[in-house]
Amino acid sequence: MLVVPMETPRTLFEKIWDDHIVRSDDDGTALLFVDLHLVHEVTSPQAFEALQIAGRSVHRPDLTLATIDHGVPTANRELGILDPLSKKQIDTLIANCARTGIELFDIDDPRSGIVHVIGPEQGLTQPGTTIVCGDSHTATHGAFGALAFGIGTSQVEHVLATQTLPQRKPKSMSVTIDGRLPNGVTPKDVILGIIARIGFNGGGGHVIEYRGSVFEEMSMEGRMTVCNMSIEAGARAGLIAPDETTFAYLLGRPYAPTGNDWDTAVEYWRTLHTDTGASFDAQVVIDAADLAPYVSWGTNPSQTIRVTETVPDPASFDDPLDRDAAERALAYMDLEAGTPITDIGVDVVFLGSCTNARIEDLRAAAAIVAGRQVADGVRALVVPGSGLVKLQAEEEGLDRIFLDSGFEWRDAGCSMCLGMNPDILQPGERCASTSNRNFEGRQGRDGRTHLVSPAMAAAAAVEGHFVNLQEWS
Amino acid sequence: MRPVTVIRGQMAPLPRANVDTDQIIPKQFLKRVERSGFGPFLFWDWAQDAEGELDPRFILNRHDYARATVLVSGPNFGSGSSREHAPWALEDRGFLAIIAPSFADIFRDNCHNIGLLPVVLTNDEVGHLTNLAADPANEVVIDLASQTVVAGDFTASFDIDPAVKHRLLNGLDAIALTLRHADEIADFEHTRPGWKPSLAAVPSTGY
Repeated sequence: MLVVPMETPRTLFEKIWDDHIVRSDDDGTALLFVDLHLVHEVTSPQAFEALQIAGRSVHRPDLTLATIDHGVPTANRELGILDPLSKKQIDTLIANCARTGIELFDIDDPRSGIVHVIGPEQGLTQPGTTIVCGDSHTATHGAFGALAFGIGTSQVEHVLATQTLPQRKPKSMSVTIDGRLPNGVTPKDVILGIIARIGFNGGGGHVIEYRGSVFEEMSMEGRMTVCNMSIEAGARAGLIAPDETTFAYLLGRPYAPTGNDWDTAVEYWRTLHTDTGASFDAQVVIDAADLAPYVSWGTNPSQTIRVTETVPDPASFDDPLDRDAAERALAYMDLEAGTPITDIGVDVVFLGSCTNARIEDLRAAAAIVAGRQVADGVRALVVPGSGLVKLQAEEEGLDRIFLDSGFEWRDAGCSMCLGMNPDILQPGERCASTSNRNFEGRQGRDGRTHLVSPAMAAAAAVEGHFVNLQEWS
Repeated sequence: MRPVTVIRGQMAPLPRANVDTDQIIPKQFLKRVERSGFGPFLFWDWAQDAEGELDPRFILNRHDYARATVLVSGPNFGSGSSREHAPWALEDRGFLAIIAPSFADIFRDNCHNIGLLPVVLTNDEVGHLTNLAADPANEVVIDLASQTVVAGDFTASFDIDPAVKHRLLNGLDAIALTLRHADEIADFEHTRPGWKPSLAAVPSTGY
């Protein structure tokens, strides 16, 4: 009998992992090669300084790209950076890049913007690569079938010095959603629904692969929104297998392969899927029909509920720590149990962040607000994810739609997602935000954040309170 | 890095779940480019009221916990952002170890990289230590070599990645360890396909 040697079936994650092992140690640690290192001003200065003190150089400036996003003002840029600490931090990055030969998209470069928007936009984020950045939302790049994860400043230094990272292999989890998404349910709602289901640390220690028809039918922008928030379920990374949608997005981008290289790359990229028979350490299955538009009510992203429901009663939680967390959250958010979500009014609407500031997000919000006005007393701002997103939106006339409706139209940056620049909530203000974290004080001390999709945020701007998009017209 | 061997000291109880890095050190303090001096900003929004007055009820403001070197907290400690400023602030404030039922992945790695010891115990064990920590006179001893935690009659053991344990016990520089394999990195780089992303490539289009 002929015995045909069979390759062991592997997951997408395992294939990328295996392709980047420089060496394996007996203790189970692998030294992984990093294909792309993204750098920004906040988590890099101490790494560059330590490198210099140790007399080490940047090993691969050609695999490193820097941008300025967290601390930049998004209005009145002609005035310069008025915050002296932010100015010093940004000047430090500019000097470090000049000294080490790292390419930097400076503030006045239209290619600059939020680090997780520009990598894909430039075609640098490619399937089957490893990507790291000193930022937890690096998981965004997993939308392309790249193994991408956030790292701390010591690891930034490690990658600058060696272009590698010692890593212990994480576990794998599959989240499968098949079926048809109900009306009004966007990629943001899909990931909020997943986090509400598996919990704030439900993906801890795991790399999540999102599988099923919902993700196969999703645009690249939508996939980025989903993978972006993997960290809000505690996951190391999120992944979606590359397909024709991925290749079509990449074709013709500035740093995407061209000519024969493109064909070779696509041939490799087509192998990047989980083999039949490969197994995951954990599996979650969700029916698309069970998802709805979501609104977060608490102070972590898993404290999220359908827009049709009411603020939950802390007593309904079995775990005493969950109950305590819910009580603290309701006190901080100034919400009473039993309040319908659609009765919650907002003071501020923030449309932006690495989660939801791409062209599709802006289009979805513009479609809602076109011909309507922002409600009295509501301050609404749009902060595009990059200079190029801003330019494209202006070409499509989206800026006029937002401005005519009463939105502010800003320059690109992280902005009010974390408020490291002047864009912050005032104490007590309540915000419908398309960002990714609703932690206490995240958008400004004593500010109250409700995480929603761009369409939900836009509708809340118009009505002054949350609305059920499925019934609203 | 200073070796981590035996940590002996006072415990401070912070029995909350999901203590996130935005609480450990809020964003306005991330603008500094220095590596040290983050301690005064630790738990800023919990330690002070809106007027900037210290809240005397917050555990780390209490004089009888001024010597604390071990923080005892709830599950998913260090969740949220990758900011290493969070462990830097804890370290700068004098903490040497944190005991919790679980830690967020990036935060745990960041702690390992600076020599701040994250210790995972069971919910019940952490609950027991939290009760002991309510008396500021109680001390704890964490022995990394034997992977044990002892406080009075209480004894528990914990798991740790053997590679991390070796590095911490000996105070080894992770980058120096990796650079010993520079030849293997070079070999890997030679096999890396030319079409993989590189900033050295000439962009095919303007934008």
